[in-house]
Amino acid sequence: MLFAENLYVNFLLFINETIPRATMAPKKPTSGRSSTGSKGKGKSECHPDDVFPLVLTSATQELFGCRTDEDVTVESPHKLLKKDDIIHDIKTRAAVSDFSPVKQIVLDYPEEEILLVFDRDFTYGQSFYLVVTPEAKDRILSPPEPETPEVFENEVSETPHPKHWISFGSEQEIDDESVTETRKKALQYIKNTLNLMRKKFGRPVCFSDLNAADAKDSCVECASYKDSRFSIKQMQRDCGMQAVPRLQSSSAQTQWKFHKNVCTQYYPQELHEEEINSILQSESLMNFLSSATSRVLHALQQEEILNMLLDDWKALGTLAEAGDSKVSEDLMLHHAFTDQKYTKDKKVSSVNWHPTILGKVKSLREQSCLSEIDSLCICAFFFFLQLLLECPDDILAFEFCPSNPNIIVGGCVNGQVVLWDISAYITHLQGTQPGDKKGSKTPVVRYCAVSALESRHKAPITDVQWLPQTFEVTRKGVLVENMYNVSVQVVTCSPDCTVMIWDVRVPKPLNQSLSDRQQNVDQKTPITPYIVPETFKHLDRTWKPLLRVSVPKINTSGEYAPLKFSLEHYTSNSNTGRNSGLISFSATIFRIMSLNFYNVVLFMFLYWQDGEIVFTDWKLEKEGSGQYIAKPLLCFRMHHWFVNTIQRSPFFRDIILMTGGWNFAIWKEDVMEGPIVVSPSSEQKCTVGCWSLSRPAVFFIGKDDGSIEVWNLLENTSEPAHVHAHVTSAKITCIKPWTVSRKFFASLMHKPTASSHVTKYFELEEDRLKDYLKRNELWVKEKKKAEELKKKTVSCAF
Amino acid sequence: MAEVEETLKRIQGQKGVQGIIIVNSEGIPIKTTLDNSSTVQYAGLIHQLVMKARSTVRDIDPQNDLTFLRVRSKKNEIMIAPDKDYFLIVIQNPSD
Repeated sequence: MLFAENLYVNFLLFINETIPRATMAPKKPTSGRSSTGSKGKGKSECHPDDVFPLVLTSATQELFGCRTDEDVTVESPHKLLKKDDIIHDIKTRAAVSDFSPVKQIVLDYPEEEILLVFDRDFTYGQSFYLVVTPEAKDRILSPPEPETPEVFENEVSETPHPKHWISFGSEQEIDDESVTETRKKALQYIKNTLNLMRKKFGRPVCFSDLNAADAKDSCVECASYKDSRFSIKQMQRDCGMQAVPRLQSSSAQTQWKFHKNVCTQYYPQELHEEEINSILQSESLMNFLSSATSRVLHALQQEEILNMLLDDWKALGTLAEAGDSKVSEDLMLHHAFTDQKYTKDKKVSSVNWHPTILGKVKSLREQSCLSEIDSLCICAFFFFLQLLLECPDDILAFEFCPSNPNIIVGGCVNGQVVLWDISAYITHLQGTQPGDKKGSKTPVVRYCAVSALESRHKAPITDVQWLPQTFEVTRKGVLVENMYNVSVQVVTCSPDCTVMIWDVRVPKPLNQSLSDRQQNVDQKTPITPYIVPETFKHLDRTWKPLLRVSVPKINTSGEYAPLKFSLEHYTSNSNTGRNSGLISFSATIFRIMSLNFYNVVLFMFLYWQDGEIVFTDWKLEKEGSGQYIAKPLLCFRMHHWFVNTIQRSPFFRDIILMTGGWNFAIWKEDVMEGPIVVSPSSEQKCTVGCWSLSRPAVFFIGKDDGSIEVWNLLENTSEPAHVHAHVTSAKITCIKPWTVSRKFFASLMHKPTASSHVTKYFELEEDRLKDYLKRNELWVKEKKKAEELKKKTVSCAF
Repeated sequence: MAEVEETLKRIQGQKGVQGIIIVNSEGIPIKTTLDNSSTVQYAGLIHQLVMKARSTVRDIDPQNDLTFLRVRSKKNEIMIAPDKDYFLIVIQNPSD
């Protein structure tokens, strides 16, 4: 049983080994079994296949020369026996031979010599064992140990020879894979088949390329197609997979509300009574007080003496600043005066402020376009008419007497000079409340005196002015000092090339018969139902000019035709001292010299024709004809058209503003080459100009289109600082600024300083100006005629 | 006690003085001529100001120390004389 198992295993082993061994295998078990069964010693079960334990008798041993301990010893246990000898022995002794059990083995043994190994230790059960296989023999004889190199050499000497190859079918595969020529070589084939001409045989042949696709049927295509019968179904597909973790981000935020007090209530620390008392009595407090008190007292005294941190400049300027800030650049229309009855359709040619009555009385002269009735002079107070001053003809210019504001002189268009006395109506003007007079009739004041018809101007009087109260002109044309300090003389000018001086006093040399005057008066009385003051009765209708002056032209013959003149005078500081009887005045026009306490008068005339300005001095010469002439000293052709305003700056005596034509100019007296400032020509005609009374560099220009330009020389000389466009729709004819008296302003202002008054006042008067203009506008609006718009002049006041 | 009173009277006698407060180093008023609420207010606020001013002066120059502090406002002037332990506050209307 065990042998069977062993043999089975041996069988498998034999397959791996060489083939000859396989054939011997089946025979082995039988012999093996029998031999070991017969002997039956203990260790015989464990012998390998390639050895066969054998017992050799001494006779056999002697025969084969393998006697124990003589031929074969422990040291040399191996003995090679010839196969033939063994076979011979077997044949001779048959069953007795020791080699009978191994007979077949020996017969089958391929080699000539069989190894016999002396087994001293009976490892395989017997004293000898026969090595069956040559490999085992080789192995035993030449073991891998170098201990027996001799045996190994013996084995190596045998060169292995190739064995006979047994086909297992592999040559077919090789034949399939091998590439062999299936047919003859092409060249041979071509040569054999294409045996053309004999002479070409052996010659070199030239081959060329041929595209298989070009030749027809030269190639057979077998295109690939998808065969439905043959389709590989992909049963298995490789795909990669990756595990992705599902992530979810989330966050949480806690609101860290730190503790904060919503409200706190605290009370101050206070010391107890006892503590306070103890402290108060402590010495440290005493020391402290003694040291601190001195400092504090010092500081307190400092305070008492002087407030050193007071900013004087600021303290000074607070009021002015307040005033300045209030004074805006804007002109505000304060009042516009109009009256349905009397001022309708009338041109306002001139405006003036009443000198004393609260500065608010304005009078305007109107010139009716229709000239049906005698035009009326209207004094308007506040908003409405107070007085109507009757005059024989239209008035172009008028002025209040500077010394007696109740006297008004006016110049008519017919050349006459008219005087009014409104002293009777002063209370009426002053004490009137705005609301009273609406219903009642406006009183009409008739003129008290009018100049004689014979001695009037030949042309309309364009300008009339009172001579300043410190002057007086004698008959001879000499300027004298006025003893009475009352303006008594009036200067008029008119385009008839004359300047006349009129005296309102009773003319001494003139001997007018009382009867004539009375007659005149009588004649007049039926015409005038009103009460006429008797003030100028002596002049009425007999008033003759004191002096008549004409100004001849410088270079050419003829005379200048004055349109407006300017009387300027300088009052010296010491007004009290007077040197009676002596006059002296500046020799040259350009420098105004005031000698001590004498006043100097300079005349300047405006000429209407060519816009010439003539400077002249009040030095009259008598001509042969008896007429006085004033030789002009200098003449300028400045403006292209009428020069309609000439005014000195109230702040700088040598700066003169002149407007005319389309521009205006500022002259300085010493500089006679030309004006120091000439404005750029504007689109509209400049009709009137006046200086601001409060701000030195500011002046106002009235335009033809009814706009007022406020120019500020400090800011910009090329354009107005402010333009009040279209204040009225008609032309502005007159601008007169006014200052208010102190008395008035005491009620308005906290501190009656002149400058601030003026500032504030200016505002007020500007307001009034506006009102005036508004009213004028209303008048104009009621009219419809476009041409009247051209003719309309608006008088603006202040 | 009487000395303190006398000193206060002297200061009060000056022209324009509106009130006097003596405050200790913690800002607690000790003696005052004003009403309690104003006193407490002044003491607390001025105490902080004095501390700040003093620290400023000392920071700039450690050898230096604040001797007097005057706060001038539109309506009045507050004068503070500080010391190690106390300070004296005087409120005055400056002369116009």
